[in-house]
Amino acid sequence: MKIIILGAGQVGTSVADNLASEANDITVVDMDAQKLEDLQDRLDLRTVTGRASHPEVLARAGAEDADMIIAVTNSDETNMVACQVAYTLFHTPTKIARVRASEYLSQSALFAQEALPIDVLISPEQLVKNYIERLIEHPGALQVLDFAQGRVSLVAVKAYYGGPLVGHELRDLRTHMPTVESRVAAIFRRGRAIIPEGTTVIEADDEVFFVAAKKDIRAVMGELRKLDRPCKRIMLAGGGNIGYRLAKSLESRYQVKLIEHNLKTSKTLSEQLSRTIVLHGDAADEELLTEENIENCDVFCALTNDDEANILSAMLAKRMGAKKVMALINRAAYVDLVQSGIIDIAISPQQATIGSLLAHIRRGDVAVVHSLRRGAAEAIEAIAHGDNKTSKVVGRTVDEVALPPGTTIGAIVRGDEVIIAHHDVVIEEDDHVIMFLVDKNRIVDVERLFQVGIAFL
Amino acid sequence: MQPIAIQRILGILLMLFSITMLPPIFVSLIYEDGGRAAFAAAFLLTFSTGLVCWLPVHRSRRELRLRDGFLVVVLFWTVLGLFGALPLALHDDLGMSFTDAAFESISGLTTTGATVITGLDQLPHSILYYRQQLQWLGGMGIIVLAVAILPMLGIGGMQLYRAETPGPMKDSKLTPRITETAKALWYIYLGLTVMCALGYWLAGMNGFDAIGHSFSTIAIGGFSTHDASIGFFDSTLIEAVAILFMLLAGMNFALHFIAWRSFSVVVYLKDSEARFYLGLLLFIALITSAYLYFSGNISNPMEAVEHALFQTVSIGTTTGFTTTGYATWPGLLPVLLLFVSFVGGCAGSTGGGMKVIRFILLLKQGFRELSRLVHPSAQIPVKIGNKAMPDRVINSVWGFFSAYVALFVIIMLILMALGMDQVTAFSAVAACMNNLGPGLGDVAAHYGDIGDVAKWVLCFAMLLGRLEIFTLLVLLTPMFWRK
Repeated sequence: MKIIILGAGQVGTSVADNLASEANDITVVDMDAQKLEDLQDRLDLRTVTGRASHPEVLARAGAEDADMIIAVTNSDETNMVACQVAYTLFHTPTKIARVRASEYLSQSALFAQEALPIDVLISPEQLVKNYIERLIEHPGALQVLDFAQGRVSLVAVKAYYGGPLVGHELRDLRTHMPTVESRVAAIFRRGRAIIPEGTTVIEADDEVFFVAAKKDIRAVMGELRKLDRPCKRIMLAGGGNIGYRLAKSLESRYQVKLIEHNLKTSKTLSEQLSRTIVLHGDAADEELLTEENIENCDVFCALTNDDEANILSAMLAKRMGAKKVMALINRAAYVDLVQSGIIDIAISPQQATIGSLLAHIRRGDVAVVHSLRRGAAEAIEAIAHGDNKTSKVVGRTVDEVALPPGTTIGAIVRGDEVIIAHHDVVIEEDDHVIMFLVDKNRIVDVERLFQVGIAFL
Repeated sequence: MQPIAIQRILGILLMLFSITMLPPIFVSLIYEDGGRAAFAAAFLLTFSTGLVCWLPVHRSRRELRLRDGFLVVVLFWTVLGLFGALPLALHDDLGMSFTDAAFESISGLTTTGATVITGLDQLPHSILYYRQQLQWLGGMGIIVLAVAILPMLGIGGMQLYRAETPGPMKDSKLTPRITETAKALWYIYLGLTVMCALGYWLAGMNGFDAIGHSFSTIAIGGFSTHDASIGFFDSTLIEAVAILFMLLAGMNFALHFIAWRSFSVVVYLKDSEARFYLGLLLFIALITSAYLYFSGNISNPMEAVEHALFQTVSIGTTTGFTTTGYATWPGLLPVLLLFVSFVGGCAGSTGGGMKVIRFILLLKQGFRELSRLVHPSAQIPVKIGNKAMPDRVINSVWGFFSAYVALFVIIMLILMALGMDQVTAFSAVAACMNNLGPGLGDVAAHYGDIGDVAKWVLCFAMLLGRLEIFTLLVLLTPMFWRK
């Protein structure tokens, strides 16, 4: 695929990084030549310097025959105009743009094909916010990923001694909980993937990925570990876009405190938020944390722009008694370093956002993609089309589908119904099939499975 | 300072005001009560004074400056108050001293409703009508003053409150031009008055009483054509009409304008000031009715609720109508109601007191100080309807509050020095500064028995309250007069 990425900021860079490794032709456009040079040194891609919305710059970037344009510059307006230009002058088929301002987003008529022709709007801050919000709603989970508009979730959880299922075979899950439908999609033991069979025994410290309907998540988690109490007191450090959105959506249900070090920003935040207590100060200030009863805090999230500050303040909060700490970490190397150590959950914003772009790059009809374990694994929701003759999946049971190794089908969503995939379930047309790939390199095989044969038009 | 421009405006005002003395002449013709001569004389005197002021300078086209605004506003109430006393003082049958007449007239124009006259039921109709009309005119002046002029002068944080408040208040300057705004407000004022008069008439008042009481209801004045006030009619229906229109008149007229233009009542519920205002009155009415019932003062629960609701709304909005001698109610009630009148009506209404919005800001500021003790590094904004108020507004409101309290205490001490007992002095100052009307103790029914000096002091208190204190106080500072 020929893809043009506008803007070499955090999102642009990480998208380029992810896509370049998948044999796509990537061109990155930015105003800052220095940034582009660095990028070119690291990755196999082309760069163009200039203003992203100018037709001449787009033409130089190869917009004439590009398949997709991803506008993720800092400015909403530039992104929107660039998509308009790409549509009108170059007829680019797929246009993805980042638009942050809710003033634009709330007017859906703006983004109609005849107005601002943007096919997909992404808002990375919103995605990261949702990601963290789900973690707070399900204490104890390492990751909670939604499929089929939230009807099914894939949950990652660490098994502990004391969980009723730990030390038992997987098939015991059904006898333990006859009413709850769930399926374990993968188990990672000491960093290595195990394909779960009925006879697989869950050990303590295993990272277990299971698929379940939203209402059953808690019950299944209770089988694998002692359940954490639902959180009540939440402290957020950093009042940027993510911190503000998170506080805004949590403040009605939880007691939220938000620490922001910039006086002016903290004033603005306090005016925009209604129930959150906005504190002005340094998140790594022991005195401030003591004053605000960090020892009674259920979740501490460090969400500033600065990886090091996030890690340090989260470590400090943990030592001072916060029950669970999370830190937003951009650098992949740091994520591996601190995850599961002193910091309970390291949140990688790239991981949280890349999925929504990947869904549009995958061939076949793919609704949702979630990138897992630093991009090594992937969970994917694909829609089965065609019939018994043209499709390799429709009309076959789960057992009969020729899945590549390391891939499991977790669940099938048919209309509003969620079917947890057992070996004898037959896949029908228009089913949403949720799959887990332990190894992302197998993605091509999966894409091929879901592509409809030439005969079907 | 532009003395010539001010003189010109004063002349025009007096001439316009003199015209308002003509309707009572017609009333006196209809009822043949013999008050014609006094009104005719007052009309001629006022008109000629106005003409004398206006004629020499009528060609001058000097622009008024902001600072002149203070003087014009104060002169409006003082000069008109004094000239308004003329018909009362000139009337032979009344035998009122000029002090009494001025007190009555200023009380009318400031919509206070404190009276020195007893035996209202025997008074000539023209005089009764004239008193009601004074209140109505005062109310009209207040609406224009409160919505259009005071925000421009910037009194007690109101200017910023207006400029900064969101939602329905955003277009609080209802139309871009001040004269248009004044006209729109006048229509609403007139419309409410007509509806109120119709309501009273349908509820059983005769035409004269209905018009008269609608004047003093919409102006939140409290003058009545009977000594027993609304209690004279002894009708639940009339009381209900009075309660409804007192509540409406105590709300911001800008809200009425928006509600009328958008044909929806949601506007009232969205406005945090109106919500607080209604909630507070309801809460106080509940306490009052419960106390009246359980203390055994009124044994019929429905009657207790009726009296409590009427009296709370009447005192709380600073109207000052009565259905019963609330001053003799047991325990905390008289003083409680008097304290409610300090909160008063909403900003931009005809009501008196400190205004609900200021009270809300004071409460929130107090709460903010408490939260600051618990969270020393927290940023806690004071918000009205989700929008943070700048500290500048809160400071002005505090300044207003402290000036209000200080002047209250000073005036009360002066009255006590003049020989009044404490309850009378306290309630008289409260009733006059809040533009309420009836007080407690010796002034529960009327102000006829207090000394002349005390009456002038109370006139000053009424003007202070009406002009939001600072407008009048600023004239007493040397720096205002410095070139």
